[in-house]
Amino acid sequence: MNKAVKLIVAIGIGAALFFVCGRFIAIPSPIPNVTINIQYGVLAFFAAAFGPLAGCLIGLIGHALIDFSYGWGIWWSWVIASAAFGFVLGLFKGLFNPNDGGFGGSKIVRFNVTQLIAHLIAWGIVAPALDIVIYAEPANKVFLQGLVAGASNIVTTAIIGTILLVAYAAARPKKDSLRQE
Amino acid sequence: MRNLFNYISRKSPIHDLTGATKLVCLLLWSFASMMTYDTRILIVMPFLAFGLFALSKIKLRDVSFMLGFTLVFMVLNNILVFLFSPEHGVELYGTSHVIAQLWGNHVLTLEQLWYHLNLVLKYLSSIPIVLLFVCTTQPSEFAASLNRIGVPYAISYAVALALRYIPDIQKEYNDISKAQQARGVEMSKKVSLLKRLKAASTILIPLIMLSMDQIETVSNAMQLRGFGKNKKRTWYMARPFTRWDVLSMIFCAGLLGLAIWSNLSRGTRFWSPWM
Repeated sequence: MNKAVKLIVAIGIGAALFFVCGRFIAIPSPIPNVTINIQYGVLAFFAAAFGPLAGCLIGLIGHALIDFSYGWGIWWSWVIASAAFGFVLGLFKGLFNPNDGGFGGSKIVRFNVTQLIAHLIAWGIVAPALDIVIYAEPANKVFLQGLVAGASNIVTTAIIGTILLVAYAAARPKKDSLRQE
Repeated sequence: MRNLFNYISRKSPIHDLTGATKLVCLLLWSFASMMTYDTRILIVMPFLAFGLFALSKIKLRDVSFMLGFTLVFMVLNNILVFLFSPEHGVELYGTSHVIAQLWGNHVLTLEQLWYHLNLVLKYLSSIPIVLLFVCTTQPSEFAASLNRIGVPYAISYAVALALRYIPDIQKEYNDISKAQQARGVEMSKKVSLLKRLKAASTILIPLIMLSMDQIETVSNAMQLRGFGKNKKRTWYMARPFTRWDVLSMIFCAGLLGLAIWSNLSRGTRFWSPWM
């Protein structure tokens, strides 16, 4: 019971963070009018700390709210891709669980390999496939868009996600840190 | 704090509809415009949509910023589609009426222009409805509506929490960002991209730590109040359905039905005068 309530609150506040990072924190990039999406670092953090359901719903709710607040209607294919990224990463939470304390060498590598695969699934397969099925857009256009978005998301997740997880794990009590005397 | 979701309180028939009705209508309407490429249906929907917009007493001036943003998005998307696939229309419609020669061995066809017309009509039929929903539905009623249409209340509550905490997190972000800037953290174009990302994380680390504490506090408070004890819950913002609610839902369901019927009866989503 305790865990279920905490999960719901984590989803709510995680989605709010995803929204604020995606909507108001614009880091200018070298390409004009393209800003960098740091919200995927936050999403990766929450998926790693709270698991697949949290990752999936934070991506879904956060991204849908961003689309809503811009007023262009919900671009479902990309919203679902965000949810898919959070879900896939959360599924492998066991490989790099930050809650036990300590997020060092091997966990960093495992986290980054997983996030790379999760982003490739989300932006290389889910988003373009749904764009073609739902919106009947040309295939080469949607795959290129997906790959560009995916590549930038992989970089931001690698930097921001890793830094956040290291900082969070350092503040957690280490597993087996207490010994019975 | 700026009104984020742009709720504008006025007295109008659209405002009087319950949030759940508007959410159902929004979903039905956008699925209808998403599914069909039948121009005969798509040409009617923008007129209906703008008609409803006028009925809501929301002025174009109120939403000019959002509208402008969306129109730019629409134009860019059309240009991208055209550049990447100038003969997409020929593929979709199976006929080819050449108007002019373009670069390489690409040609401009009537079918391509027809496809773009359909894309624009799709935008024009869904944008006013989304704006209408955003401007006439109170955010707290929105969460209650989600539960009403069958989303489990735990998830609806997570949405309500997100809407509740967005302004708080925004404020915390600004405070932390100012404090870090005073310490010399640079996030503007003056430094390299990698440095900007690192600077962003010096703001995000305290923000995340703060949020984790907040998650603890809020979930404890909710447990103390017995959240999740019963299978159902009531919502302060929920209202009973009226006749107009039922009628609007039937109308939108009819629209979706028409779109599905048009697709199924002809065996294709697309329609052009040359088919």
